[in-house]
Amino acid sequence: MIDSDVLDRVLNEARCHGAGFAEVYAEDRRNTGVAFDDGRVDGVSSGRDRGAGIRVVNGVTTGYAHTSDLSERGLLAAARAAADAAGSASGGTVTVALDGCTAGAGTRVDVDPQSVPKARRVEMLTEVDEIARSVNGAVAQVSAGLSDSYRSVLIANSDGVFVTDEVTRVLFRVSVVADGDLGMQTGAESLGFTGGWEVFDRYSLIDLATEAAEQAVRKLHARPAPSGQLPVVIAQGTGGVLFHEACGHGLEADHIAKGASVYAGRMGELVASPLVTLVDDGTVDGEWGTRSFDDEGQPTRRNVLIENGVLVDYMWDHIRARDEQRSPSGNGRRQDYASLPMVRMTNTFVLAGEDDPADIISSTEHGVYVAKLGGGSVNTASGDFVFGMRDAYLIENGQITEPLREGNLIGNGPQVLSDIDMLGNDFAMGGPGTCGKDGQGVPVGTGQPTLRVSSMTIGGTAA
Amino acid sequence: MSSAESNSELFALADSLIDAATTHEQIEVYISRGSSTEVRVHNGEVEHFVSAMSSGIGIRVINAGRTGFAHAGTLDADIAADVLAEARENVSFSSVDEWAALAEPDGVDVTEQELWSDELDRYPTADKIELAKQLERMTLDRDSRIRVDDTNFVDGGGEGLVATTTGIRRYGRSNSCYLSVSTLADDTDGTRTGFGFAVGAHPGEFDVERAAREGVDRATRLLGATKPASRSTTVVLDPFVTAQLLGIIGSTLSGDAVVRGRSLFADRVGESIASSAFTLVDDPTDRRAYTATDLDGEGLAARRNVLIDGGELKGFVHSSYSARRAGEATTGNAIRGGYAGSPSAGCLALQLIPGERAQADLIASIDDGVLIEGVSGLHSGVNTVSGDFSVGATGMTIRNGALAEPVREFTIASTIQRMLNDIIEVGADLEWLPMRASGPSLVIRDVMVSGSS
Repeated sequence: MIDSDVLDRVLNEARCHGAGFAEVYAEDRRNTGVAFDDGRVDGVSSGRDRGAGIRVVNGVTTGYAHTSDLSERGLLAAARAAADAAGSASGGTVTVALDGCTAGAGTRVDVDPQSVPKARRVEMLTEVDEIARSVNGAVAQVSAGLSDSYRSVLIANSDGVFVTDEVTRVLFRVSVVADGDLGMQTGAESLGFTGGWEVFDRYSLIDLATEAAEQAVRKLHARPAPSGQLPVVIAQGTGGVLFHEACGHGLEADHIAKGASVYAGRMGELVASPLVTLVDDGTVDGEWGTRSFDDEGQPTRRNVLIENGVLVDYMWDHIRARDEQRSPSGNGRRQDYASLPMVRMTNTFVLAGEDDPADIISSTEHGVYVAKLGGGSVNTASGDFVFGMRDAYLIENGQITEPLREGNLIGNGPQVLSDIDMLGNDFAMGGPGTCGKDGQGVPVGTGQPTLRVSSMTIGGTAA
Repeated sequence: MSSAESNSELFALADSLIDAATTHEQIEVYISRGSSTEVRVHNGEVEHFVSAMSSGIGIRVINAGRTGFAHAGTLDADIAADVLAEARENVSFSSVDEWAALAEPDGVDVTEQELWSDELDRYPTADKIELAKQLERMTLDRDSRIRVDDTNFVDGGGEGLVATTTGIRRYGRSNSCYLSVSTLADDTDGTRTGFGFAVGAHPGEFDVERAAREGVDRATRLLGATKPASRSTTVVLDPFVTAQLLGIIGSTLSGDAVVRGRSLFADRVGESIASSAFTLVDDPTDRRAYTATDLDGEGLAARRNVLIDGGELKGFVHSSYSARRAGEATTGNAIRGGYAGSPSAGCLALQLIPGERAQADLIASIDDGVLIEGVSGLHSGVNTVSGDFSVGATGMTIRNGALAEPVREFTIASTIQRMLNDIIEVGADLEWLPMRASGPSLVIRDVMVSGSS
């Protein structure tokens, strides 16, 4: 994308005021999307974006500028703007010379999405629409989409990092509206994969469409969710968002550094039930948050954050890891070249426990079973977090009974983590997520076995 | 609307693409170009300074009822030609939609507004940094229990144009700015958070003092907060929370949701769907609104539309597509997510018409209730198709007509349909926020508070 001697000159220009660190992040991104709605192709779109962001760190100040002009002139102008934004330092200029570039392994792609004709995508979505509508006469509307993205990145910095990498991702989503006497309800499923079109040989879109439709239809007769505190059982694979919110964000080193996390200053302490071992791992094959390198050019890796309930590490970006003189954790990520990198999760999951999932349900006298979670959010400083239940049921006398209407659950991170009293032996990863932080969205994965929280506040309307 | 000099090159690019249209083809070119800065201050120093420039082009082609779209993040003429070719290719894979067509000029005049501030455009970078530092200092100086997470000065300005083969040729530009602070307050029980912000057409209009005061008050008021008892009760939504609720209500009134069978309120026009105290307008022509604009996403004049009048549903917001399909006229409500997005129907600047009493007077009439000062999980616990509504909340207990102890870690729940009918009163304290909706305090009865059981 950019020659190494040009990169040398751009990095030197970026440090013209004596800043200690400079970085070039360039990317070329292509997207294709087909959307199907209301029984017809609703839109076929293609996009192309390329550009570079120049980051200059001078003491506590970061300057950032970006450009869609990848010529040397455009890059030098952005470098000067970033240098000016970061201000002057007394450090004096140090010349950078980049050694050979390390090419990332890239995403393993068996079937290049670009080779899949748009007509084939239309066919697949047409079938999804037909299947969803055939599930039940109450299905009133179906929306579905297939998209793929290809991203080629180059990262070079004044610490000598010089890498390139390629990432390919495909995404399918379907949402269904069912209409009944008590109003409308919705069901939704999605499948995300870091890799190529081969994912659709492994998973059936028909099954996903059927499940989304059945979910919407089931909820037509759902009763209002309870209010107040009850035990909550969360199905395997769907509840990773609980950990993403209850502790994931709170373990990001930027929140820790500012004392804006309930987990600050608690290293080595018991912060969760001893059943809980939490891992963030950007290397899991095919998962939605998987990469060879993070967006600062550091290799991704498996990081154990909580081990048997004890807090053992936070997640780090390059600068903070460097300042702490520790090894980087591969968690510096950004939405695109126009965005500053931040400490972000990749694939965050809780390892399997020993309980039989059936026992977890049967030993719960009265509670809520969440088969599918929605999104969530957290206030890292207070630790209070919410997450939505998209497909949930009452548990009565150890049995899953009636479906419940949607709502949020609320809890406090450390409290909920210590209230996990049963953990299943049925680990599974969940669907694709988009994690939002400071206005930037990045793809993330989550996973967990079936588990029980002894008490959480259910945000329903029933007394 | 603005003068021609700076935009002639943009029109030249658009015209070159439109002129390529074949006989049966409709082409729409949307171009945007803008810049923004974001200054973040922490502990009296600049934490980051982001200087951003972006530009791009989105092209929509419609031919025999089939639509294709493509975009690129550049205004390079060669790439723009590729984008057109790509959009044309995409047409061939689309389905025939009898209502698909570009907007036509509809004769509605543009309401002239001052959307561009030269004062903001010329505002020196050093002063932007100084403003953020000043807000941080003022916030810290007010209360020793306060820490500041970050303080931000954000501004952005841009120009855009829409040109079509159907005769639309419109250009507009606008800029905006705000200042914000995120606060932390600590006690033995943990950390509470708050925020404050200042908005204005330019920094000269900022009320920095007020931003600091609100940032401090919101966080310190929550010190010692506990989980409230579960019960059905009356809630008072603070204007910031009202605005978020209005955004949700607005999405149920989208013409796209209506014509595609996803609106709760389809077929209810002319009926009472809310308390008689509730009058909701979408008014992008009111300059006080942060998202005020003179044009919609299809280049038609933005206009004031009354959506709910005294509780009666008057109509929906439409783009040209949803209007054509609904057999109505467009309301000038096409929205698009920049150059990379196709237009859809949505609210531009919602405003809830205020009532007569101040928030303190509203509270004085309530024996038992909760003042809701913050909500979370609107994307996860609110379903705009079913109407189910459940959000996390923080606030203050209301007892015997006065504010009492702070509360947190609870949810409030109802349905969108019920809440609209359960509105008892609308306050007088309309607050302009850096959001797509603005409103005053709102009193709603019979909302389920779920806390300790």
